[in-house]
Amino acid sequence: MRPARKLPSELPLPVKSTDFTSRLRGPQVTARVGLWLGVCFGVAFVTGVWSHYAQSTPAWLTMPTRPVNLYRVTQGLHIVAGSVAVPLLLVKLWSVYPRLFLPVLLRPSRATVLQALERISILVLVAAGIFQLVTGLMNSAQWYPWAFSFRSVHFAVAWVAIGALLVHIAVKLPVIRGAFAEPVDAGEDRDDRPDPPPRSPAGSPAGSPAGSSAGSPAGSPAGSPAGSPSGSPAGSPPLSRRALLRSTWLAAGLAALTTAGASVPLLRDVSVFAVRTGSGPQGVPINRTASMAGVSPDMVGAGWRLELVNGSRTATLTRSDLAAMPQHVESLPIACVEGWSAGATWTGVRVRDLLALVGADPGDGAAVTVTSLQQRYAFGTSVLQSNFAADHKTLLALEINGETLSLDHGYPARLIAPNRPGVLQTKWVTRMEVSA
Amino acid sequence: MRALRLTLGALGVAAGLYGAWSLRGVEWADWPSLLAFLAGGVVLHDFVLAPLVVGIGVLAARVVPTAWRAPMVVGLVVWGGLTLMAVPVLGRFGALPDNPTLLDRPYLASWAVGTAIVALAVVAAGLVRARRVAA
Repeated sequence: MRPARKLPSELPLPVKSTDFTSRLRGPQVTARVGLWLGVCFGVAFVTGVWSHYAQSTPAWLTMPTRPVNLYRVTQGLHIVAGSVAVPLLLVKLWSVYPRLFLPVLLRPSRATVLQALERISILVLVAAGIFQLVTGLMNSAQWYPWAFSFRSVHFAVAWVAIGALLVHIAVKLPVIRGAFAEPVDAGEDRDDRPDPPPRSPAGSPAGSPAGSSAGSPAGSPAGSPAGSPSGSPAGSPPLSRRALLRSTWLAAGLAALTTAGASVPLLRDVSVFAVRTGSGPQGVPINRTASMAGVSPDMVGAGWRLELVNGSRTATLTRSDLAAMPQHVESLPIACVEGWSAGATWTGVRVRDLLALVGADPGDGAAVTVTSLQQRYAFGTSVLQSNFAADHKTLLALEINGETLSLDHGYPARLIAPNRPGVLQTKWVTRMEVSA
Repeated sequence: MRALRLTLGALGVAAGLYGAWSLRGVEWADWPSLLAFLAGGVVLHDFVLAPLVVGIGVLAARVVPTAWRAPMVVGLVVWGGLTLMAVPVLGRFGALPDNPTLLDRPYLASWAVGTAIVALAVVAAGLVRARRVAA
């Protein structure tokens, strides 16, 4: 029963889905890899939306200040999920590649419309999915060969990708259920000997043909392009589905191990593809150096002042004034959007003590705008929401790991607050203004 | 199940439309770059990488002894997936001359060692399986 096939007006294709002869392909493999790929995309989506709002928090949202390591964990997960998704996506796309060459219906009909809609949704899903992984991994290595703003576009396309993924799951749900309802090797009449017995060319695997076509609006023979008439040697799978899946899990596990060390100190020695070792001057890596940011030593010399503004009340402090105030020590991580993080011990003045000098009480709900001396790149200012400004762990730090901040770490003074993306831990602070 | 599928589909369409609407702020001048990146991944996968892998498979099926095929597939899945994932760090394209803390690992050396380990594992498994066939 193939009504779609009876339509004569199909787009002539140079390659047909039936040209692909590997019996490894099919919903048994696709659904299982797809499940974990979906988990990766789900984790990356949730942690990514979280990171987006942590970086620019809308007025209706209050980000928590605890746990102090929360952003470190969520952003580390974000990058690891994206890295793991690469081998999963490659195997997933391989397993459905012949479907790209399914007959394309042209004659106006319900089947044609449904097929076109499904193919468009798949195109959107694949384009958005690859885009997210490629731009995300490039961005985590600080490689930006594009013109657009990464953060806003990565956020927007994330919604497109997750939306297309939900549509895809909705369309394929019967196939997915069929694939999980039976063992992975169902209908796979092979054994694992290195020399498989010759198969009859007509031997189509019984791997739920009903299930595979149920999700296809065109009613075309889906998933398993098994009905190869050629019986070429290529049709003999070199390994079982189970072995292919295990190889995929191995690749995915190695992807996690080789990248997670950027945020998991225990894995530092095995994460050979992590973007940072986690070490650096004064024990912490540098994201943007002073020279990159356009901050020169003479800008932070004896003439440097910290300006505090609360409406008409202002105060101007020298670095000695800051050093003379009560000093507090906090252990807080620098956790960057690129997925790397490093813990450090910071010594400095509580931001709420500074605000008190100009009569401001962050308990009143007022946010604080922190301005850097930096001349180049984004995030020259950051907004400290009132709960962060009021937190006793939020410091204007003067020292890192017991040493005076180096210029690259933000000398004379930098912001450090719990559970806050690294780009918002403003360096070379020159002004803090309470919002009305 | 019909209700679940309709709900998932409706949620998906809503999320996708929100994403598309969120792109309205992209500058006109940036659209060529964005479209190139959106289309580039699909084109490179569907018309370069995938045919390459299929071609390797067809070729291997003709010239590689049966006993060696499974180890080679496992090796290709692991090595290929990790290599593609690591391209941004392998090339150190984002390295900055004044910031030695960025991309501060011997990525190419690690990749070469990993490649050698995979190659050795494939050869070892192939030899063992070939001997088992002969026996």
